[in-house]
Amino acid sequence: MPFSLLKYGLNKDYPFELDADLPRPTDLKSSYDVVIIGGGGHGVATAYYLAKYHGITNVAVLEKGYLGGGNTARNTAVIRSNYLTPEGVRFYSQSVEMFKDLSNEFDFNIMYSERGQLTLAHTDATVRAFRQRAEVNKHFGGRTELIGPDEIRELVPTLNMNPAHLPVLAGLWHKDGATARHDAVAWGYAKGATQRGVELHQLTEVTDVVVDNGRVTAIKTNRGTVKCGCAIQAVAGHSSLMAAKAGFRMPITTYPLQAMVTQPVKPFLDPLVSSSALHCYVQQTSRGEIVFGGGSDPYPLYNTRSTLELKESLLAHAIEMFPFMADLRLMRQWAGITDMTSDYSPIMGLSPVENYYLDAGWGTWGFKSTPICGKTMAELVASGGKVPALIAPFSMDRFDAFRQVNEMGATAASH
Amino acid sequence: MKIMHCPLNGPRNISEFVHGGEVKAMPDPANCTDHDWADYVFYTDNKAGVVVEWWLHAPSSYWFIAERHTVTDDIIRTYDPSEVFKQRVEFSTESDVSTEAGQMKLKGVGA
Repeated sequence: MPFSLLKYGLNKDYPFELDADLPRPTDLKSSYDVVIIGGGGHGVATAYYLAKYHGITNVAVLEKGYLGGGNTARNTAVIRSNYLTPEGVRFYSQSVEMFKDLSNEFDFNIMYSERGQLTLAHTDATVRAFRQRAEVNKHFGGRTELIGPDEIRELVPTLNMNPAHLPVLAGLWHKDGATARHDAVAWGYAKGATQRGVELHQLTEVTDVVVDNGRVTAIKTNRGTVKCGCAIQAVAGHSSLMAAKAGFRMPITTYPLQAMVTQPVKPFLDPLVSSSALHCYVQQTSRGEIVFGGGSDPYPLYNTRSTLELKESLLAHAIEMFPFMADLRLMRQWAGITDMTSDYSPIMGLSPVENYYLDAGWGTWGFKSTPICGKTMAELVASGGKVPALIAPFSMDRFDAFRQVNEMGATAASH
Repeated sequence: MKIMHCPLNGPRNISEFVHGGEVKAMPDPANCTDHDWADYVFYTDNKAGVVVEWWLHAPSSYWFIAERHTVTDDIIRTYDPSEVFKQRVEFSTESDVSTEAGQMKLKGVGA
């Protein structure tokens, strides 16, 4: 052990992590039918469903860092479908259904844990909006209802019912709300995809997208150029930068989003609790740590730095909700990068380049859509560009037609 | 605390400022195509590097231009918009909004 550790320490190059479940790294082939840019959850899920449902296995997933090391590792792992628009609810509720069975499908535990999600309303206007969300959700098969303070007290006895002088009037109780281990989701998909013949190339950065006559013909990387039949970009946090390489702009602005976690404590909080007015959500992981998150930062950046200001305001609100947490210590804090669209809905489907497909604009709603996004993107690619009905409303050209999908049920949106 | 230098009020805490988006030329709203207008309103360069943006000092309602780096989070320079906009920009927007026919036109009825 000491010798191998010494060898590891003296190695000039960053060594490939060898994982028993993943094949050893190989050289890039000169050509692939499908190149997926980005080896996060979405990228490997798309590769998995391409191989599983469509028999397309001549696929390369190119990842500049390591598998699931970007925003897949930085989100707060919330799974829910209690959005506001019919387009959104239809999409996310299918994702929730798929999550439920992923552990069996992968034969690998993703630690899916259905806890229910409770969103608190502090004003009459929010109560009205929640009524609408509950009805839309029920219509599309979700389990969501409006509950009163008594039921809230029963669900979360430790909750302060009058946080920051904003009395809790009602709650949107979403029984389907859940959490899962985000890394395991990426690993499970990667394992399933590579077992079926897909190649996953880590430490492979895309440097340019070669477009000829409006079609993408090759992808240049730091390890050489590969020709491709078509390409998909699934690079949450860098969507505009990758699109610029392919020669077009996107309706996206990129912000950091900060989150943090406390030391582990005994289990006291079963549901995921969030407050619409305090812009804060709180959940306890299965290890006992408490995870806090909120909206994106106030101004755009491509930087995962943390700020004391945002931490302070977020924690002040969290402590209003659960006053005893003031005595807890923070263990870790981090930031992710969110590609925000102005309507809080994703951008999926066709791009101005003919055989170059988009999986972008995932703001604060990317992790929860991983399975359904992978499945529908695979359908899109396998059909040669026929957009599945489920994702048709999320096409990028909705902005050119002024047909936005105004998703005010997003965490980052003010309710 | 991150400090931004306001060209009017001097160095202030960044929480007093509101980000207003990229500085870009506005197409003529009355004559441009829908596509040009959508491009202006929604699409962004969203660069990783030095950007030129509108910022507002909220307490004094003062708009100015800031150049900053979106990777390092450094503010490079802030200045009054008069450095860029030397003259008042006039748009050939129709001026008949006060008449009933003009209102109908604005709402897209008739024509």
